[in-house]
Amino acid sequence: MKPVEIHAYLQQKLDKQIEWNEGEKSTGDPWAVIEADGWVDACLVTRDDDQLAFDFLRSLTGTDRPDDGKIEVVAHLWSYSRRHAFVLKTTVDRDAPVLASLTSIWPAAVWYEREIYDLLGIDFSGHPDLRRIMMPNDWVGHPLRKDYTEQADYRGIPTSRPGYATAVPEKVDE
Amino acid sequence: MTPIIEKSPDGGIALGSVDRLLNLARKHSLWYLLFGTACCAIELMQTGGPRTDADRFGMMFRSTPRQADVLLLAGTITYKMASRIRLLYDQMSEPKYVIAMGSCASTGGLFQKSYSVVKGGDLFLPVDVYIPGCPPRPESLVEGLMLIQHKIEKEPWLKKAWGKLPEKSDPRLPREC
Repeated sequence: MKPVEIHAYLQQKLDKQIEWNEGEKSTGDPWAVIEADGWVDACLVTRDDDQLAFDFLRSLTGTDRPDDGKIEVVAHLWSYSRRHAFVLKTTVDRDAPVLASLTSIWPAAVWYEREIYDLLGIDFSGHPDLRRIMMPNDWVGHPLRKDYTEQADYRGIPTSRPGYATAVPEKVDE
Repeated sequence: MTPIIEKSPDGGIALGSVDRLLNLARKHSLWYLLFGTACCAIELMQTGGPRTDADRFGMMFRSTPRQADVLLLAGTITYKMASRIRLLYDQMSEPKYVIAMGSCASTGGLFQKSYSVVKGGDLFLPVDVYIPGCPPRPESLVEGLMLIQHKIEKEPWLKKAWGKLPEKSDPRLPREC
């Protein structure tokens, strides 16, 4: 099935409104956006439905959108049996980021969600082992947030090297 | 080099200090820890391989820090890894040396602006030799190891052990990690 057909099919199966976005024609995939409270239900349908059969969570990532006050979570799905792909998104509040975990649906989500928790600070409820994965456990802050400021040092190791910052321009003028 | 004072058909007689003799032995059994944190470790393996053959200088890899003399920081170091590297370094017995191999281990390199990468191994370990390159060729690494050999050659550590030289505190004091 094509993504637009998958969206129409999924809309029939769920009573929640699923927003559709075509995206850019030449690059990237179209995507569907669903409210955070229908996130797990929608994902469960995509996996268990015989027509959709998304048996593989290809990637699960997050994006910080400070202008909207939201953090976006993006799931790229792939079906080995049906040979089709789909992109499903949801948004959570930036100040109180809580989202239900997908680990019960796709075990592959365990590390993906740990990564999102580490870098963006979303609290995945129902996750079996929600720890940081990239950064040390006692790190402060979530580095991929747009308003993140790095701590000056970590256990005595300075986080910046003197003299280098001036050698590389922060922004290159267009 | 130790001067030869008398030549004979079998070779000769050389005269030198015990320090010099010991250092000669020490510098030709420079064992490095087989440990890599990123892609530089591939070049490190190549250095031990038959083409470059660091073995001919007495440089062998050891799989445990307790038998190693040199810690090679081969690759990008993350904050999470830094405490593990520190643990390895602390397990090595004195005298011990550290080589920062490649631009990442020297300064953070390509990942200078990253949130998770330590901006140089010298921020938490006393580094003796820096090898530039991304990654350095095996020849460069052998040269770096030979610089350590030259350093060992000049060390008056026996004199120091006997109290002939005042104990100086290392200015490159290792940091807490």
